Amino acid sequence: MNDKEKEIAAKAAQMRVLALKAISSAGSGHPGGSLSLADLMASLYFGGWLHVDPKDPHMRDRDRVVLSKGHACPILYAALTLKGFMSQEDLMSLRKSGSFLQGHPDMKHTPGIDMSTGSLGQGISAACGIALGLRRQGIGAHVWAFLGDGELDEGEVWEALTFASAYHLDNLTVILDWNGLQIDGSNAQVMNLESPKARFEACGLECVEINGHDLGAIAAAYERALSCHTAPFGIIARTVKGKGVSFMENQVGWHGKAPDAECLGKALSELGGR
Amino acid sequence: MEACREAYGKALLELKAQHPELVVLDADLAEATYTKYFRKAYPDDFFECGIAEQNMMAVAAGLATTGLMPFVSTFAVFATLRASEQFRNSVCYPHLNVKVAATHAGIECGADGATHQAIEDIAVMRTIAGTTVLVPSDAAATRALVFEAAAIDGPVYLRMGREKLPELYKQGEEFHRGGSKRLRKGGDVAILACGSRVKAALDASEILEGEGIHASVYDMYSVKPLDMKAIEEAMRTGLIVTAEDHQRSGGMGSAVCEAVCQSGSCRVERIGINDSFGRSGAFCELEKIYGIDSGSIAAACKKALNK
Repeated sequence: MNDKEKEIAAKAAQMRVLALKAISSAGSGHPGGSLSLADLMASLYFGGWLHVDPKDPHMRDRDRVVLSKGHACPILYAALTLKGFMSQEDLMSLRKSGSFLQGHPDMKHTPGIDMSTGSLGQGISAACGIALGLRRQGIGAHVWAFLGDGELDEGEVWEALTFASAYHLDNLTVILDWNGLQIDGSNAQVMNLESPKARFEACGLECVEINGHDLGAIAAAYERALSCHTAPFGIIARTVKGKGVSFMENQVGWHGKAPDAECLGKALSELGGR
Repeated sequence: MEACREAYGKALLELKAQHPELVVLDADLAEATYTKYFRKAYPDDFFECGIAEQNMMAVAAGLATTGLMPFVSTFAVFATLRASEQFRNSVCYPHLNVKVAATHAGIECGADGATHQAIEDIAVMRTIAGTTVLVPSDAAATRALVFEAAAIDGPVYLRMGREKLPELYKQGEEFHRGGSKRLRKGGDVAILACGSRVKAALDASEILEGEGIHASVYDMYSVKPLDMKAIEEAMRTGLIVTAEDHQRSGGMGSAVCEAVCQSGSCRVERIGINDSFGRSGAFCELEKIYGIDSGSIAAACKKALNK
């Protein structure tokens, strides 16, 4: 690991700790799909790819991040916390009444959230609209959209990817968090989701498949995404659900369950957090 | 005689001059919704979305976050039912500035049959938080309400039919969110109608007049919010009859009942589709079969008045 990757790895570890603390404090939430996304999200926010400013969250030419798999918002909120959009105290109010941190992203009340998402399939469509709107107005910002693999069951995803390609939205990058597990079982048990890369390519995206926990590969993919000017870019990132916490890794049961105090303690000790 | 949808297509051209942020989306129905005029005049601001209404609705939401003002058009049944959750979660929850301007609403849609006749759309759209629901009854009203929709910051549903409708208003007549028009004054009964049923209500009032019954007729073009002053005025006749090309349940008549409950008491009879689907046929026949024509409205008034 080079110095930059070490820094990103440290941020990813902090984000995992913060996300799990917040979920545990809330008593509900989605740890598995938050942890699988941590390295991709940390790389985006702390790898120098994103033009955003916590002091001006609505800046017109900011890059946009759309978490189409909105249930993984704890990891996004953790990134926004470390980026300075909110305090750790704010983060610990997750899912509580009076908090601006909803169980799924709320653009109206949470600084740094560019689109309200949570109903699967819709965020990617909205990301297309954002990319189209930015381009139409000559704003050179980039849109980063995170999809879940279970989300690919939604037909709207394929409508959106086809649309992105038809409109040559080269200012849009779609990142698939391919952790292989959804709620009722594996992707294969729930619905056939084989070969997402081939499916994305059939929709007209230019794609790369990477290990979503390899920081070097992630950086290379992000660089390629920004230099791709022929089509929307797809990053098929193979990930591990619950990555970083041994007893959560590849466990369907940790999709939507909050760790209790004991589990949280074990998880934090594995992650080197307190 | 002009169809509201054609007036809508023309109004978009005028609107663009005042609102450069206007963009228009359609789902392979630009010929039928008349967004084809806009497509021709402003090809860079017209976005063909293909036959994918769910994606279209959420794309519109995304466009709106960048400061553009999307008007989304397709048939009402697809705009409000197929894409209803996208409208709820991606447009209305963040209260984005998206206008859904849908055509072919009601059994007025006619020969295409039940699959294409939206008769639940008002019910769906008015129950989502923060929406405005507007139903024009002729071409001039359509033009004015297109401008009114653009003046509102947030989601608006504009409901239009397919058929050419007779002229009720002169161009330039003003229409506002929360307003209504009293087109006739009479003390025995108040008929509250919207869309194509406004003319039917006027015809019904003529029938009633011939039998010595004096009816008021209101065009309730703003279904949400309703014109409460008009409803209080209508209640003073002691009998309200509502008329709409929509399910009785959940539509404008239901909204009127809710308002009446809040304001006091008044008998309300609702004319609408009675818990059934439509069918293919000419609207001039269907309106009689489904009991929403002028004769049915007049008969309902007489029955309620025991005359």
